Amino acid sequence: MSNSQGGNALLRTSTPGDGSAVGDGAVTAPSPARRPRRRGDWRKRAEIALLAGPAIVVFIAFVIFPVVMAAYYGFFKWKGYGVPTDFVGLENYLTILQDSTFIDALSHNGFIVVMSLVMQGPAAVILALLLNRKMRGRGLIRVLIFVPYVVSEVIVGTGWSLMLQTTGAINDLFGKIGLEGWAVDWLSDPDVAIWSLMIIITWKYIGFAVILFLAGLQSIPEELHEAAAIDGASYWQTQRSITLPLLGPTLRIWAFLSIIGSLQLFDLVYIIWGQYVSATAGTSTMATYMVLNGRNAGNYGFGNAVAVVLFIISLVIALTYQRFVLRRDTQGAITEGKK
Amino acid sequence: MAATAVQATPAQPLAPAPKRRRGKTLDKVNPLVYVVAWLLVGVCVGPVIYIILGGLRTNSQITQDPSGFPTTWEWGNYSSVLNSSLFWQQAGNSAISAIVTTIGVVVLGVMASYVLARYDFKANAAMYSLFAAGLMFPMTVAITPLYLMIKNLGLMNSLAGIILPQIAFALPTTIIILVPFLRAIPKELEEAASIDGASRLGFFFRMVVPLSIPGVVTVGILAFVAAWNSYMLPLFILNDESMYTLPLGVQSFASQYSVDTARVLAFTSLSMIPALIFFSLFERRIVGGLTGAVKG
Repeated sequence: MSNSQGGNALLRTSTPGDGSAVGDGAVTAPSPARRPRRRGDWRKRAEIALLAGPAIVVFIAFVIFPVVMAAYYGFFKWKGYGVPTDFVGLENYLTILQDSTFIDALSHNGFIVVMSLVMQGPAAVILALLLNRKMRGRGLIRVLIFVPYVVSEVIVGTGWSLMLQTTGAINDLFGKIGLEGWAVDWLSDPDVAIWSLMIIITWKYIGFAVILFLAGLQSIPEELHEAAAIDGASYWQTQRSITLPLLGPTLRIWAFLSIIGSLQLFDLVYIIWGQYVSATAGTSTMATYMVLNGRNAGNYGFGNAVAVVLFIISLVIALTYQRFVLRRDTQGAITEGKK
Repeated sequence: MAATAVQATPAQPLAPAPKRRRGKTLDKVNPLVYVVAWLLVGVCVGPVIYIILGGLRTNSQITQDPSGFPTTWEWGNYSSVLNSSLFWQQAGNSAISAIVTTIGVVVLGVMASYVLARYDFKANAAMYSLFAAGLMFPMTVAITPLYLMIKNLGLMNSLAGIILPQIAFALPTTIIILVPFLRAIPKELEEAASIDGASRLGFFFRMVVPLSIPGVVTVGILAFVAAWNSYMLPLFILNDESMYTLPLGVQSFASQYSVDTARVLAFTSLSMIPALIFFSLFERRIVGGLTGAVKG
């Protein structure tokens, strides 16, 4: 990586007349072998700009810029028309932090973060170990387990809503097998609804975790398992003392993605509990709070302030996680650039 | 995934189809393993089957026996959806959005990843960090300003208005998966190419692009599925039924015909089939591609 240029500058000369063989004749300079260094530098810069420029422009325009604007709009009381002029300082933020419905939403997010890790992590590891063996139909099983991840949130929400209605398929099924007592009001009982949400989240996202762990397992050298077998380790001993530690980095990355995803959860809740009942059912999240009290209520300044709060919470958690958990795996990809 | 790419060097990124490592080979797998595995499959696929089969029943069947199997096969629900021009219009919108997003992400992503992986320059680390940080800016945070921006650009209610942000938001994941792939292309290869008279750009087009195909397929699938299923952005940007993508279409159909459960289920299952087919064709690649990004 370090001498991709300069070290072989002498080698990188194009022989005149091979422009056609290069795929991009316009950029090849049929210059003599000892091209002055500065010229090479200039060319390298042009190549970097040409190749990376478009991605950077699109990324800054549609990701970075809106995030910055969200921070700016958050200081205004603003209905979204014209230029925001009604500067209110931190008022939006005070409103948010004193609003019990926001605090509720925040606590729901916290619950979802923790329960996602608890419900998906161990199960996904066991499933990945299970599916990492030679067995008949393994490929098919893998595809089928991943199916829920590919189905869109809207479809998941629509389908599960129908199944979980009090008169829906799930309760009906319980009735058929003599478990009428299990038939509850899955979607509107405040004690049950968040668990219904957790079941749906687990169902939808565990496939991703399994696939990620399988990828991690495949990068563990076979020799280690063979060595352990020679040393007389049982299957489970091998998994515990070789596989799991080596799967560590993958696990930690998955947990990171899961936490960030849980904090940002919007689609499923908005689709299943619609715009009104998520608060009473106890399934509101910061993102649904943001959309309901921001855009849907026409208070764009306020909505952006909620987005900023959500972002700061995510960022603090992400950086803390980076600092204390991922530290061993990386030298802080996000904070310090790559090694 | 922020951290994955940092020092990962995939074991064999150049193999067109990564060799699948086996776990500990057991002479015979415990039958219990099969039972557990297929039970799990049942749980995963059950709701999807429910949706598909529900479309084959009549509403009275669904009301009387919600968890039953179709007693008579009612193809009417499916054919009425397939005969509606609105469904095809929305499926077309979804397809355009997903395909253009995928192409955009792959082209921009490969170019940027190549620079990050193989060019040595001062701002390299900063550029990488910029994209890596993008993983922490999910669309949720930027959605309101994004909506206002699209409005000011005059792209409201157009597919371009959802495609551009989708490309931008898919770039971080793409770059983080692709950089280790491209970095693993042996230096000797580049030197050999330059001895043979290829410039660095020539090397890029003639060697890097073909060699990065496995990684590209992975990020392409992820981008395609994400765009196909995208909900929040179209919800904000598209406001006309004929411009809707399928997720919005499903939602509005479900609220319009809420009494006609069977037809809602038919519409719903028809709109998930393309993504399922697309995914099952390339499932192997996803596992292979992630193996490159996740270091062991």
